[in-house]
Amino acid sequence: MSTNTKHTLAPDKWVQLYSDYLFNYTITRVSNGEIAKDLVQETFFSGLKSMKNFKGLASERTWLVSILKRKIIDHYRKINSKKGKAEVRMNFYKDGENEGEWIEERAPNTWAEDTDKGIENEELKAALDYCIDKLPEKYGIVFNMKTIQGFETEEICKELDITSSNLWVIIHRARTQLRRCMEDNWFNN
Amino acid sequence: MGKFKITCDEATTICDKNQYGEASFRDKLKLMIHFYGCKICKCYSQQNVKMTKIYNNYSKHKCDQHTCLTKEDKVKIENAVKEKME
Repeated sequence: MSTNTKHTLAPDKWVQLYSDYLFNYTITRVSNGEIAKDLVQETFFSGLKSMKNFKGLASERTWLVSILKRKIIDHYRKINSKKGKAEVRMNFYKDGENEGEWIEERAPNTWAEDTDKGIENEELKAALDYCIDKLPEKYGIVFNMKTIQGFETEEICKELDITSSNLWVIIHRARTQLRRCMEDNWFNN
Repeated sequence: MGKFKITCDEATTICDKNQYGEASFRDKLKLMIHFYGCKICKCYSQQNVKMTKIYNNYSKHKCDQHTCLTKEDKVKIENAVKEKME
């Protein structure tokens, strides 16, 4: 008995069957409803164009998700190239190599003891939304891909054309800016 | 010993890397040595763990959100797809 069932495509049912799934998949990765809708629509368009390449080995949904993944990465790549590759040095430390050489106003403040309170609460999420949104675009992209969406370091570096040490510097700056923003808007509020 | 001496900039970068489980053993060792002489970085590190917990919850929440397309959105996309098919 053969188990090699060939999958087929039925594009007239794509919206009905897969649009919600693809939209959900996208919104958690791009955090913008309008962009997510556009990417889902473009995925269907690309699917139509490359129907002749569908070999029937994967399910229709898996095949559409693989197209969508490319679209999402292209979206990030597009934003990244718009911002250019220039980095502005942001100092948290005085020059020199002595330990404890933090610039005073950038050193971490003491947080209240109850900082674990209500991690699930909506206000905290809103504060984080606000702070992530305030990050410089490039920092936001890298932080989101690495921390929120859990992409592999190698994958991010490849897609955004940055080195791994550059990625860690960006992550460090993003996290430092975020903690300062959260100190102002959450921890010491 | 000098090989293991790092600046606060390097220490906090390693500390961030460690939050994703990607710091090497050597890096972690450098970090531990740095913490002996730098309370500010130690404080940064402890708070960083809290921040990671918050980010993980935030990430989980983002992925758990049940967001769907509206009927109108679906009709728009469906029409656009049909147009392309013709």
